[in-house]
Amino acid sequence: MVHRIEVGFADGIADARAQSVARSMAEDLGLTVERVRTVEVYTTNVELSPEQLERLGAELFADPVIQLYSVDSPLHEQGDFDWLIEVGFRPGVTDNVGHSAAQGMQDMLGVHPADGEGFFTGRQYLFDGRLSRRDVERIVSGLLANDLIERSRIISRDQWNSGERVMAQAPLVPGGAPPPVAEYDLEIDDDKLLRISEDGVLSLTLEEMKAVQAHYRGEQVRKRRAEFGLGPNPTDVELECIAQTWSEHCKHKIFSAAIDYTDHNGHTERIDSVFKSFIRRSTMEIGERVDWLISVFHDNAGLVAFDDEWALAMKVETHNSPSALDPYGGAMTGIVGVNRDILGTGIGCRMIFNTDVFCFARPDYDKPLEGKLLHPKRIFKGVHRGVRDGGNQSGIPTVNGAIVFDDRYRGKPLVFCGTGGLIPREVCGRPSHEKPIAHGDRIVMVGGRIGKDGIHGATFSSLELDESSPASAVQIGDPITQKKMADCLIEARDSGLIRTLTDNGAGGLSSSVGEMAELAGGAELHLERAPLKYPGLAPWEILLSEAQERMSVVVTPGDIDAFMALCARHEVEATDLGQFTGSGLLHVLYDGRTVAALDLKFLHDGLPRLELKARWTPPTLAGPSLPAEDAGCGEALLKLMGRFNVCSKEAIVRQYDHEVQAATMIKPFCGSRADGPSDAAVVRPVPDSKRGVVVGCGIVPRYSDLDAYSMAACAIDEAVRNVVATGGRPDRIAGLDNFCWPDPVESIKTPDGRYKLAQLVRACQAVYDCCTAWGVPCISGKDSMKNDYGSGETKISIPPTLLFTAVGLIDDISRAVTTDFKRPGDLVYVVGETLPELGCSEYFSLLGAVGGQVPVVDIERSKLAFEKMHEAIAATLVASCHDLSDGGLGVALAESALGGELGARVEISSVPGAENFGRDDLLLFSESQGRFLVSIRPENRGEFERVLGGKLAWGCIGEVCDNGRLEIESANMVGGAAVSLEVEELRSAWSRPLDW
Amino acid sequence: MATPRVIVLTGFGINCDYETEDAFNSAGAMATRVHVNELINNPSLLAGYQVLALPGGFSFGDDLGSGKILANKLKYRLGDALLEFLRADKLVMGICNGFQVLVQLGLLPGGVEGGLRQSATVTFNDSGKFEDRWVSLEVSPESPCVFTRGLERVELPVRHGEGKFFSAEGDRLQRLADDHLVTLRYTNPDHTRPARYPFNPNGSLDDIAGVCDPSGRVFGLMPHPEAFTSRCHHPRWTREGIEEPGQGLVFFQNAVRYYC
Repeated sequence: MVHRIEVGFADGIADARAQSVARSMAEDLGLTVERVRTVEVYTTNVELSPEQLERLGAELFADPVIQLYSVDSPLHEQGDFDWLIEVGFRPGVTDNVGHSAAQGMQDMLGVHPADGEGFFTGRQYLFDGRLSRRDVERIVSGLLANDLIERSRIISRDQWNSGERVMAQAPLVPGGAPPPVAEYDLEIDDDKLLRISEDGVLSLTLEEMKAVQAHYRGEQVRKRRAEFGLGPNPTDVELECIAQTWSEHCKHKIFSAAIDYTDHNGHTERIDSVFKSFIRRSTMEIGERVDWLISVFHDNAGLVAFDDEWALAMKVETHNSPSALDPYGGAMTGIVGVNRDILGTGIGCRMIFNTDVFCFARPDYDKPLEGKLLHPKRIFKGVHRGVRDGGNQSGIPTVNGAIVFDDRYRGKPLVFCGTGGLIPREVCGRPSHEKPIAHGDRIVMVGGRIGKDGIHGATFSSLELDESSPASAVQIGDPITQKKMADCLIEARDSGLIRTLTDNGAGGLSSSVGEMAELAGGAELHLERAPLKYPGLAPWEILLSEAQERMSVVVTPGDIDAFMALCARHEVEATDLGQFTGSGLLHVLYDGRTVAALDLKFLHDGLPRLELKARWTPPTLAGPSLPAEDAGCGEALLKLMGRFNVCSKEAIVRQYDHEVQAATMIKPFCGSRADGPSDAAVVRPVPDSKRGVVVGCGIVPRYSDLDAYSMAACAIDEAVRNVVATGGRPDRIAGLDNFCWPDPVESIKTPDGRYKLAQLVRACQAVYDCCTAWGVPCISGKDSMKNDYGSGETKISIPPTLLFTAVGLIDDISRAVTTDFKRPGDLVYVVGETLPELGCSEYFSLLGAVGGQVPVVDIERSKLAFEKMHEAIAATLVASCHDLSDGGLGVALAESALGGELGARVEISSVPGAENFGRDDLLLFSESQGRFLVSIRPENRGEFERVLGGKLAWGCIGEVCDNGRLEIESANMVGGAAVSLEVEELRSAWSRPLDW
Repeated sequence: MATPRVIVLTGFGINCDYETEDAFNSAGAMATRVHVNELINNPSLLAGYQVLALPGGFSFGDDLGSGKILANKLKYRLGDALLEFLRADKLVMGICNGFQVLVQLGLLPGGVEGGLRQSATVTFNDSGKFEDRWVSLEVSPESPCVFTRGLERVELPVRHGEGKFFSAEGDRLQRLADDHLVTLRYTNPDHTRPARYPFNPNGSLDDIAGVCDPSGRVFGLMPHPEAFTSRCHHPRWTREGIEEPGQGLVFFQNAVRYYC
């Protein structure tokens, strides 16, 4: 029998969740009602007596001080509402609250649910007010339920009065026997080969399908297969595993391709993999010069030395496609997923901070949306809630990030999630970054159970989104299951029970065991042992499922009992799935029968290499018509402060826990009211050390409309400058390159593929040029190459985007510097030269056109500026320091002033490079790179200027004042004011747009 | 007695256990992180300790209400041992999620006499949002609370979505205030009250940020004292003369001093 317990707030008690629904209805849908109430619904199919159900309602589900409950009858039986909406998960969707409810019941009643029994949660919304059924349907689809993962039911007052009710029903996945293993006959024509790939969401090209076909024709292969009782055709397990291993997501085919690149002069060169030629090469060259790179490119994250005892890991991932479909679940999976990358680095790092960077269309986008695309504001809110809950519940502080807006991201939002980790360089006497595996070592799956979640995630993310994108590609994270697992694994690590481990992310066991099998020389996996969320999964589904919160751990046979006992103590499920071997095969069995015997060499090296063409033609874009100059720049500055790319993100970022673990010494906000923007965060991960980690990022996708080289170079310059401005050492910065591109492979769907690929080549060249010159090795990166949306004739491609994350060190955290002005009378400097570089700038965007000169990084000058500024900061000569970026000097001055609740009086004719400008607005809003806005105490003037020296361009432009005004004297009009504004006016323009 | 021994609970989503352990150790205690299950399997462990700390975090993801499932677990799996611990003149401290657990358990504000029956609650912030921000607090000078002795005002971070202290019965709140069990209250930056949002970050009745039981030995608070043990924790240390150590350490030093 299935029971329902309903819980709601008593009369007169505030229902915060209902209020937030009412707010969103008004703001996002323009609908107002008299009252919204919520009711939590707990459904269970556990055999329980009426007395037990009453106890659960009274003591577990309802808060006796503020809530009421009912068992097996509606809480609002009298029908005192106009509309009732009930939303619950579809069968098989992760229900975290349901799992916790079952745990609570066990503690209270001592009843243990059997297989298939449990608790299922839902929520009712009761509306009082005049709404049509259409309105209600809009509320459900636009706000309350995501059809992909949730089902909903609407009941009107009339329907209720005529007896309609929501019946108690457990959303169980129909079980049944698993489908048998199928075989694919590949001796068919090309069209049919391609159809197998398309119908199965395998994302394999014809050439790749033919490589598989050729492999299975091999005589040796057939002979070997026969030994395992397999026929000549690949099984579904094998083909799925190959498709996953060869997916763009896992194999980075475009980054590995041979590319014929033709530049704007018609000169063609062949590039043997942009990854090898530019990114890896740069890191390897730097690696020759420095001794602090521990492990780069071959583990789940890069590892660098923190000090003699500790190593620091960092990784940034993207989770774009899932976030487009289910913003909340997709983004949460993004953050808990990258956490596992860190947990799976070396023999397991402890997570010490997160970073989040998002790219969305503007939240006030008001044109009709293509196809089934969700509105950007809904995506924004959902993604934000997802990473907030994922990060906060995991107990990892979110310390840095950015949010970028461009309407082309409505086709695919970008969700970058990063995590830093810490590990002792030696654990139990052995180096913690090495991952040795011996034959006979056990393969133990630890953490959550396997369901159909996220099947085809790896191959799906290698496709553009369209109307038929699969729902199973969505997973929902369970941070608490993962937290339990992480606590358990770190204890196991320190007890010497882990040989190595890796996470189950994209591709699930297929990927994690497949990759480790390559290291070990073979693996034997028994799929029927894997714990399932519900019965009925085919063997290939068990192998490929991307169900979250799982790690694959390698344990020596001698330690297996101790390891299992430790997991049991932490209530973490662990299952011995098989062992590593020297067979050269990924050997997969189900109920003792071989279902896959894949040659590892073919699996990992058999992928045919892509050969691509790229052609660079510099675009020509018109610039804006400039306003009359005598208007001054005050109005423009106020407008810039309120632009989505510039404005305060405080209301968003405050909702992240940024100081759990008590190590965040420079937080996302600084200044007297703690609302000034920090350039980078400083984390002190080892409490008895003065040393800190400095984390900053740079991202300027709009520059790629003119030149992706500059887009990438400026992102790196900004990231490094953010770290340096906060006090980080320029000689100890590691970088993370995350590329998100539209499909750059020329095809019928992508006629401009050569141009987009040329943009990629140029961006990678910039990474090489900047990183090598500045000694910033990329230690880990990721590429996501199909960020397009296609439906019928419509195609939306994102602007080519590089997120560059810089992780640096500061020797003494108490020398860190923030961006806010500190004292009246302090002198204000601009360090670095300003040039007329406003192409794609925020100011030109404000004026409605983007053409012109895009900012160009002067690599040597920037390097000098980094070094000199660091010298000055380390010598405690600097009171405040802020990088100049979006909106240029004008915005930076405003931000430093509002952070300090102080004014400033400056003459922009003293800005180095002012002579290059005939207009104040261009000087004030130019986005030239390599520049810092600095304030110092007057008594430090001599020493500060001596440190800056003669080679670097710098100028003292004025001083900090206590009159609360930003006064900028014109460079071009005698006695004129470019800006004269109250700082509070600037603050209000800046803080309003995203104050949700 | 010299150095008191402290159990810092861990597991099931508790996540401020390391820094709480560090704070007690910096204050001179000998703190150990102990998994909830280890304590449930062996309640006699408690006998060897003088202080039980329930750190912040998201035990069981705040599902069914923050602290609820952990409180339920402690009540049904460890209840008697907890009461016995308290009867033995020992200290219990709950921070953030740990405070929520103590309230759900009925140990706050009722103490050992409350009979593990819940009399107040800590519920959703009026703003409907989880927020991380620093708040100004005033300490009730008459409070019997052991942990706040010698403190008048303190700034600490709050980081929660469910921190509104609430009781449906107005006279119960009045009694709490009359008995000086409201140890900590949010204030405006100029020290005035009632505190406006966001200075009272959650809409707590009577600006309540922390309460103790009548003995003063059980104490819980929403703000995080373990997150202000160094001057560089303070959000304005780059612009104001903040002194070492951070004021949050006093809470832990007081616990140690109780045994010296």
